[in-house]
Amino acid sequence: MTVSDLKQSYPDSPKPKINWARIEEAEDFANTVKLFRQGKYDEDSFRRYRLQHGAYGTRMTNDYAMVRIKLPAGEIYPHQLEKISQLSEQFSIGSAHFSTRENIQLHWVILEDVSEILRGLSEVGLTSREACGNSVRNVMCSPLSGVCPDEEFDSTPYALATARFFLRNPLSQSLPRKFKFNFTCCEKHGMVRMVDVGLIPQTRDLDGTIQKGFKIFLGGGLGNKSFVGYQLEEFTPEEDLLYTSIAVLRIFDRLGDRKNMARNRMRYLVNDMGWEKFQNLVLKERAIVRATQSVVTRLEVDPTPSIIKRPIRISDESGSSIPDGYARWLKTNTLKQKQSEYNSVFITLEAGDITSNQITALATIIREFSSEGYARAGFVQNIALRYVHDDDLSRLYSKLLTVGLAKSGALTMAAPIGCSGTTSCNLALTNSHRLAKEIQRKFLELKLDQDDDLRDSSIKISGCPNACGQHGIATIGFFGGGGRVGKEMYPNYQMSLGGRSDGETMLGATCHRIPAKRVIPVILKIIELFKQNKKSDDTLKDWMHRVVNGKEDSEIKSILDIRKALDSFTIPPTKEEDPDFYTDYGSDSSYHTKTGKGECAA
Amino acid sequence: MSQEKTVKTTTDIDSLRSEIRDKSTRVIDVRREEDYKQSHIPTAVNLPLANLLSDDNPERVLKLVNAMGIDDETPVVVYDDTFGALASRVAWTLEYLGHSDVSLLETTFSKWKSLGLENDNKTPEIQSKNHSIHLKPEILATSDYLETSKDKPNVILIDNRERLNYLEQHIPGAISLPYRTLATQDKILRPKEDMKRLLDNRRISGNSEIITYCGSVGTLSGLAYYALKSVGLPNVKLYVRSFKEWKGLEKPIAKQQDASYWDLSAE
Repeated sequence: MTVSDLKQSYPDSPKPKINWARIEEAEDFANTVKLFRQGKYDEDSFRRYRLQHGAYGTRMTNDYAMVRIKLPAGEIYPHQLEKISQLSEQFSIGSAHFSTRENIQLHWVILEDVSEILRGLSEVGLTSREACGNSVRNVMCSPLSGVCPDEEFDSTPYALATARFFLRNPLSQSLPRKFKFNFTCCEKHGMVRMVDVGLIPQTRDLDGTIQKGFKIFLGGGLGNKSFVGYQLEEFTPEEDLLYTSIAVLRIFDRLGDRKNMARNRMRYLVNDMGWEKFQNLVLKERAIVRATQSVVTRLEVDPTPSIIKRPIRISDESGSSIPDGYARWLKTNTLKQKQSEYNSVFITLEAGDITSNQITALATIIREFSSEGYARAGFVQNIALRYVHDDDLSRLYSKLLTVGLAKSGALTMAAPIGCSGTTSCNLALTNSHRLAKEIQRKFLELKLDQDDDLRDSSIKISGCPNACGQHGIATIGFFGGGGRVGKEMYPNYQMSLGGRSDGETMLGATCHRIPAKRVIPVILKIIELFKQNKKSDDTLKDWMHRVVNGKEDSEIKSILDIRKALDSFTIPPTKEEDPDFYTDYGSDSSYHTKTGKGECAA
Repeated sequence: MSQEKTVKTTTDIDSLRSEIRDKSTRVIDVRREEDYKQSHIPTAVNLPLANLLSDDNPERVLKLVNAMGIDDETPVVVYDDTFGALASRVAWTLEYLGHSDVSLLETTFSKWKSLGLENDNKTPEIQSKNHSIHLKPEILATSDYLETSKDKPNVILIDNRERLNYLEQHIPGAISLPYRTLATQDKILRPKEDMKRLLDNRRISGNSEIITYCGSVGTLSGLAYYALKSVGLPNVKLYVRSFKEWKGLEKPIAKQQDASYWDLSAE
């Protein structure tokens, strides 16, 4: 060994339990791109192949791709973050993006470089395989699974086992459409009714022994048309988890619509068939699966718990003062775990974006502060650092502050979701991504993150009706479109109110069309209306729930009353009066809608 | 048999340490004078890049080279603390003058120091030498040259700035290869096999004439120049005045339209 081979190493870092990667897929991808460029691969086959390997198309160009890296159950280890940071600098834009489905996305990657990213990922056991296309997408799990005070048991090992079972499984290579599993911890956290298969862990007492199982919800999902899922049965024992999953996938594979791409998610099948019929089919299919699968077909659930070991303090900073903003951050970004003395700390990013330098810094911070030694991606384009000891919180805050990751409001309404919008997506009509950032900045400026009445509400924005920004389950949701005055166009959003994804899941009710540049004043106006009419212990979420369900008795009795109060915001000024009105965020030229071909359906 | 020539573009740490011990090599530190004065690799002379760039016509460069005690036969190793980009620009200038034995230290001064390797703050006494001038115009691209040749099928134009800058504006026909792509975590250039594979995927091969450019003075693209040389590509040129000059001359510029990619950046 020469001196130059010396590298810093961290002997105590925990290692991921599962290697998701296969290096040969990188080589295969490079070769396939070459064949495609030589005209030996037709467009459609190549697109299917590309998507199956996790490379999505990019707005207005065929030369770039977005690589979507799966984080099964949201788990991400420090050395994996360091690799992603490096890949982002080398092959992307020097920033990476945390999605709503526990993926990390690298945008504006040259198609010929995708294989290099796959190669880099394989060095740290990560994959983008089946992150796009008609396959089983990343299997999600609540960032609080294992630490949530309200959970029956930790569903993480089941999420990992499910991901492992379906990844590269012939069963899930050519489904009618994409297919999503979400595991969560409890009713409060997660969105189990808004996904193809949603699962909440539960237990029951069977003659004195505690049996583990799940509440399984099927056929929900957000999109151009959204549906709330149905609970399959009272209790699904853990040994039936895999059989149920296979049965549902088999039915979808057999009966799902392969022709009409606009409505071929499983929720349409459930809706067309009717829940009872679908439910019966699943139960029958499960009996067949159970009777015909070989004994080797089972979930490899690894029950070994993570080792919890408080990192050794390298430097002593006791006596150094705690920076300003600590109390605010503590209140809006941290949760007490069920394990005493430990906390989960949430890092909110502007619409999920993080620089490569911040990713590298985050890796070090995880090693120094998380007693489980890795992090979890969250549901709202954020990151959770768990098992942080009470005594380490102020030091952690200082560290996060120095790298720009201590923004407050992570667990509040001040952390809106914005899909990628016109920054990279072919389908987008508006810059929803930037709008989410602008709203966050305004909320933090006005210190609305500290307002307890707003804490459990949410703002979610999609750049088109397809709902990647999950607007349908937001307290205040928006999806983008174009408005018109004579020949001039302006960016416009359809606003819906009162959506939620908890035990009382419902889709937001359509309220009004709001021009992009009026969205922020409109949100503030809604908050004002709420403050004027709320009952003493109301939150905005409670109040809105009553309003949209026609159960409010104050001055604002229905969504129509809110609509009326907002009318004045929706009247377009002339272009001479306000030229800014006719441009979208992030652009100084006149707004016009422009879209390319979507690839979700490819 | 491969037709590609094997060119030495980098010098590894261990080789440089023994060359310093037997005093066979001239080491050039291109960092700022105050940094150099604090500490540098033993025996190194200081040539801050800004000093060179203040006037880089060959007659002046010759004086600088002579004053650093370099003649035609002196092996030269250049280093910086800016991932090799500044060192590359100085090395290229020597090469352009006609010096044939110049290479880059495989790592940066920070990395050298972090490995605990020897450094001091002594300024060596230099005996001036006489170097000849044999300019190598075949490694230089001017704006006029670029304009007439960039659309030829055999020419590949490479933009080494960061991806977002490239998307925003670039010389028409250029492809994007950000300078970060060329390095690894520890070394200023990827290992040869790695670099070859990457360039091969991009269809950048020895049959082409390759021109690199970056933002203003040919540093990032200088590094790319050496990256391409490191895999033996025979015909590489540096557009040394780069995009700043191109834009100043109001020549055509291309842009990726209808997408707000800047808003994806967390900067």
